[in-house]
Amino acid sequence: MKSLAELEEIRKKTLEQMSLRKTNNGMRVVVGMATCGIAAGARPVMTAFIEELNKRNLRDVTVTMTGCIGVCKLEPIVEVIDVDGNKTTYVKMTPEKVARVVAEHIVNGRVCLDYTIGEAEK
Amino acid sequence: MRDLSLHLMDIVQNSISAKADKIYISLTADKQADILIMIIADNGEGIEENFLKNITSPFTTTRKTRRVGMGISLLKASSNMAEGDLKIYSKKSEGTTLEASFKISHIDRLPLGDLAETMVTLIMANPDMEFELDLSNKKDCFKFKTIEVKEQIKDIPITQYEVLNWIREYINSGIKIIFGGVLNEILS
Repeated sequence: MKSLAELEEIRKKTLEQMSLRKTNNGMRVVVGMATCGIAAGARPVMTAFIEELNKRNLRDVTVTMTGCIGVCKLEPIVEVIDVDGNKTTYVKMTPEKVARVVAEHIVNGRVCLDYTIGEAEK
Repeated sequence: MRDLSLHLMDIVQNSISAKADKIYISLTADKQADILIMIIADNGEGIEENFLKNITSPFTTTRKTRRVGMGISLLKASSNMAEGDLKIYSKKSEGTTLEASFKISHIDRLPLGDLAETMVTLIMANPDMEFELDLSNKKDCFKFKTIEVKEQIKDIPITQYEVLNWIREYINSGIKIIFGGVLNEILS
């Protein structure tokens, strides 16, 4: 059984790392988590974002959830909002697609056009 | 919904929309009585009495974008499918409690699913809310409270990856101890 005392160890380690971190990227990832999103598989998508961001040590990107975005047939839907407030809406997301969105959009600033709502609604 | 953890996640969204900041979740599996009870209680703004009457109807919803709301009706269907029932108690400006029951051995009872992942995702997205999780099999019980974690980690945010990982493992070990062999999908 794990104990709460282990958290003290995690706390110490994290404090050391925190002082090494720089620049505030400040991008936001918002996952649609209403009934429609959850049923379509939004939870694994959100988990994939957390995993992928951690793998690349992108600690300043926040991942949050929201209610129904309004296009239930295209769920799971993810919005990526950059520092200037520009919003990109990705639809029919999967954990596999997440890896590419993180690498191309969040790291390199190139929107993955083929996953966006504009492309899906054509 | 494929499993109970997804239903749970969905129902908690209602509590979040009701501006709750404390959410209590309890799962009690009584193997002898062959019943699993899931309770979700919040301190949100509560539900109006006349709205509560038809709350399990898919055409009852508070949202403005359309006239359907599937969350509670889907959970009721899943519960009824396994000879269980769903009840909601609510008092305006005090909070809401939802209780869903399931016959454990029923062939149509949904499996528990990844409960730890549901908790971690909810905590990650709502770091300022307090969550409490109780698991019980009538003999033993397991308790998890975000407030205790926060007291322990002090200045580190609960959304820190390592902390979330610890929470996931902690809850998973609780599930194994409490529900192992009690719910047939979880090995002891």
